[in-house]
Amino acid sequence: MTRHVPALSRRALLAYGAGAAGTAALIGASRPVRAQAPVTLVNVSYDPTRELYRFLNEAFAKHWREKSGQQVTIRTSHGGSGRQARSVIDGLEADVVTLALGGDIDAIVENGGKIAANWQSRLPNNSSPYTSTIVLLVRKGNPKQIRDWADLAKPGISVITPNPKTSGGARWNYLAAWAYELARTNGDAAKAKAFVEAIYRNVPVLDTGARGSTTTFVQRNLGDVLIAWENEAYLSVQEFGADKFDIITPSLSILAEPPVTVVDQVVDKRGTRAVAQAYLEFLYTPEAQKIIAKNFYRPFKPEAADPADIARFPQLKLVTIDQQFGGWAKAHKDHFADGASFDQIYRPGAATR
Amino acid sequence: MSDVSRATFRSPLQESLAVRWLLILVAVAFLALVVLLPLAAVFSEALRKGPEAALAAFDDEATWSAVTLTLTVAAITVPANLVFGVAAAWAIAKFEFPGKSLLITLIDLPFSVSPVVSGLVFVLVFGSHGLLGPLLSAWNIKIIFALPGIVLATTFVTLPFIARELIPLMQEQGTAEEEAALTLGASGLKAFLTVTLPNIRWALLYGVLLCNARAMGEFGAVAVVSGHIRGLTNTMPLHVEILYNEYNFVGAFAVAALLALLALVTLGAKSLLEWRYGDALAGKSRH
Repeated sequence: MTRHVPALSRRALLAYGAGAAGTAALIGASRPVRAQAPVTLVNVSYDPTRELYRFLNEAFAKHWREKSGQQVTIRTSHGGSGRQARSVIDGLEADVVTLALGGDIDAIVENGGKIAANWQSRLPNNSSPYTSTIVLLVRKGNPKQIRDWADLAKPGISVITPNPKTSGGARWNYLAAWAYELARTNGDAAKAKAFVEAIYRNVPVLDTGARGSTTTFVQRNLGDVLIAWENEAYLSVQEFGADKFDIITPSLSILAEPPVTVVDQVVDKRGTRAVAQAYLEFLYTPEAQKIIAKNFYRPFKPEAADPADIARFPQLKLVTIDQQFGGWAKAHKDHFADGASFDQIYRPGAATR
Repeated sequence: MSDVSRATFRSPLQESLAVRWLLILVAVAFLALVVLLPLAAVFSEALRKGPEAALAAFDDEATWSAVTLTLTVAAITVPANLVFGVAAAWAIAKFEFPGKSLLITLIDLPFSVSPVVSGLVFVLVFGSHGLLGPLLSAWNIKIIFALPGIVLATTFVTLPFIARELIPLMQEQGTAEEEAALTLGASGLKAFLTVTLPNIRWALLYGVLLCNARAMGEFGAVAVVSGHIRGLTNTMPLHVEILYNEYNFVGAFAVAALLALLALVTLGAKSLLEWRYGDALAGKSRH
């Protein structure tokens, strides 16, 4: 019987390093020092964070090598936040998820319990290492004179936004427009619904993720205005030149808190909890906060970032999901569940009529 | 008089010169617009910033991982479908058995189902909450969001190519030659290897080439079961989409060009065989 023990632990080590290159895993398995075996983490994230995590992963790999001597490779997957959550529920082995909103992580908790229910209290700031908001991106010179949310509901304006069923950014977009009209009408929910319906009547196509909508707007040249993550709007201007687009900051928007967490079931199975936890904690360090601000996300600790980066963010009135909508569970039930407000107002192809 | 009548009379099978030219022009213009232009665009976009910029896309471990994955998937899928396709075509063309028409319908099924649905089917079967999900996770076996799932989805989508190529040909050929071989004392296996296989070799090759091209290019079904993990579960078509979405247009088109080149190599091999063995193929293939 005792002969089985080394065989088993070797297999466990092999499984532990399975994500890394095959030979590296074999070398790791034959060595007694477990910390030296290269490790791979999978980060399943939402759509616009591709550039951000490329920089963060590089920085963390360096940080982790210096700290523990272990080589870590972080693989990322990007897509609409809701769709990514669905994949994790269906079995995509993510060590950590970094999604667009808490509701999508709650969905993973509720469907199969791969993440502990108390996830949001495990890291500072509701487990959001940065925040962002929703702004409007228009073509250079603002030919359609779009100044605020109210202009999106006017007839003849073509609005690009992704599908709230699959995209987290799209849900923030939807709720930001809703919050604007609530504020304007002193909390009249019926008016807010009619207002958002008027906006979605102007939407010709719903992409599955925020990046899909951005390429629709900037590459395919569809639409007069893109409702976008602030970081996504700034990135478009940086990538395609300030002579192509203008960013319009609306009078009111929503405080978007994209949260992060380890996927308990996966890290416990793969034996990667320590490094996955360190990866997420790293996001709160001054070094990471600086990278976050450089990539147009609003850092949790602005004092750690380059002041010039912070100065780029305009001041605007922000409502929160908890104050305005009673948290994600309620917002989901009221607006995005089957038959809720979005299903009631949106009919595909309405914009072409 | 006879000159005049020759000039005005023409065979009812012969269209006038103007109509013939018009038809040729329409066909060529259509091909140029639908096939040549996009293909040329892929290469010109890839080389827009010079060959160095295009080659830079291949100086990325994630790109090579995608190329390797795509070739691995094709290397597993094509032989699997080869064995299945020959066996199914053999059974259908040479034997009578109950449920034969059902088998033919099943072979055609992947053609009529949307690739996205094909992918979802595997999620429903092998996903954490699928039919076999709990069993697989208890045994620690990964199917979807890993190589096996990608292979399964690709095999499903490309399943009809070889069988469909062989069935009409084998039916046309009948069973007379095999029967002769058997009466002369050949075993079933020997009859298959020395009589059936040589008769179908060109159609088989066609089927393999088509199957291979589709296996490397499949997007929809693979997108559903891949999980899109860069450097792990991204195939070439998925990697093209990722690069495009990251505003790396030259890189996206460079990888697309490589994918197109792989397809062109396949097509080139097919043309070469046609040219080399044109006569043998003419009577036996439907393409």
